[in-house]
Amino acid sequence: MKFPAELKYTRTHEWVKMETETDALVGISDFAQDQLGDLVFVNLPVVGDTVTAGETLCDVESVKAVSDVISPVSGTVAAVNEDLLDAPEKLNEDPYGAWIARIEKVSATEELLDAAAYEAVTHEEA
Amino acid sequence: MEKKTPLYQTHVDAGGKIVEFGGYLMPVQYPTGVIAEHMAVRTKAGLFDVSHMAELTLEGPAAVENLQRLVTADISKMTDGQVKYAMFCNENGGIVDDLVIYRRAADRYLLVVNAGNHDKDAAWVERHVSGDVEYRDISDAVAQLALQGPASDVILRRICEESGIPAKYYHFCEDSLLRLPGGREIRAIVSQTGYTGEFGYEIYCRAEDAVDLWNALLAVGADQGLIPCGLGARDTLRLEAGMPLYGHEMDEGISPKEAGLPCKLDGKDFIGRDAIIARGAPKIRRVGLEVTGRGIVREHCDLYAPDGRRIGWISSGTYCPFLKKSVAMGYVNVEEAVEGAKLEADVRGRRIEAEIVPLPFYKIQR
Repeated sequence: MKFPAELKYTRTHEWVKMETETDALVGISDFAQDQLGDLVFVNLPVVGDTVTAGETLCDVESVKAVSDVISPVSGTVAAVNEDLLDAPEKLNEDPYGAWIARIEKVSATEELLDAAAYEAVTHEEA
Repeated sequence: MEKKTPLYQTHVDAGGKIVEFGGYLMPVQYPTGVIAEHMAVRTKAGLFDVSHMAELTLEGPAAVENLQRLVTADISKMTDGQVKYAMFCNENGGIVDDLVIYRRAADRYLLVVNAGNHDKDAAWVERHVSGDVEYRDISDAVAQLALQGPASDVILRRICEESGIPAKYYHFCEDSLLRLPGGREIRAIVSQTGYTGEFGYEIYCRAEDAVDLWNALLAVGADQGLIPCGLGARDTLRLEAGMPLYGHEMDEGISPKEAGLPCKLDGKDFIGRDAIIARGAPKIRRVGLEVTGRGIVREHCDLYAPDGRRIGWISSGTYCPFLKKSVAMGYVNVEEAVEGAKLEADVRGRRIEAEIVPLPFYKIQR
């Protein structure tokens, strides 16, 4: 199970990379993809949408269930990773490379954990 | 308190993700994942622990007449070694459970029913049998494995003698001899049946033989690509093959005719027959749907006609890894049950397009 040290994480299993002070790249963690199983659909957010920290950013579907991805930050969706439309399995294969959305004008964040603290959270849940 | 099959620890040791199903702790998938397990069955072979299913026996001179009254199918013309699919119905013509019936002799029958309905079915059968027949629940003594996929024949022949392998679909061999690696011999019922839509076998052995049989099959099947498969793949496979699942396509309110399942209404009387006839022509019908929009349409979603009327609901839905499309089964008002009809499913507030297509979605040549 991977927990890259340079990223921040939420208790709801998303990762965040602050590319600048106000631009964030968001995805789901290795623990999340492992729990979800084979992902077959990603319902991406829409560029231009406003998102709020702690609320649903978009959802992803495995064969068995649909799961919400919670936005770690508040801001505006600047870009979405369209590769995921045809290849949702990239979220399973490369969860930290297969970003879901870039959020700009970040104004607030959820509680963000560092890698060690997040890893501890995953041990509680497993 | 959930029960465990004899293979529980084996599944845990293999990294199986354990969930509760039908009162049992079962593997929903192994580290391979649902998609790989589904594809193994379609292209090579997969091995399932289905020991959670319940086995009931009816034996004695009055076995046939009791069975005739209990189930929708005609038992009287079965032959030794034949398997039949049937349903128990309630007094209102709704389905109590679906099951398969094995005729071992004219006066000896094995019934295999759904795990989730074990207690209900056992009570129902006990309440309705009479006369010179002995009813027993042998579930705890029996384990069941399903070996499914195009390579299953090659694999089974490595441990099962020819005379113990049924040559025809929906037939079985009683008392097949299986020689496991290491020399151990066990006896089992081997039937050419399954719940995947693929060629394969189901093997009923003694509970205490299950672990050795499981390990033996995985060992001799390894070079054929045999892998263990969980309930997740079992569900995607049966749905891809258009097979109904109790609690989804069938329940105590739905009649066999609405579900499009066979029942013999003339020539024999069975519990619920009069009610089924009294219901008249079905007003709803089970249909297959292919999702033409993006996404998965799952059970309980409402179905709408293009003009906005709610005309039905989804009973099961998933993404099919082999066909690479989302499919579903559901019920619609009978006048809307037209092949090619375009509908919309309401999925968490979003409308997704679907089209009625014939069942099954996937079928092999037998």
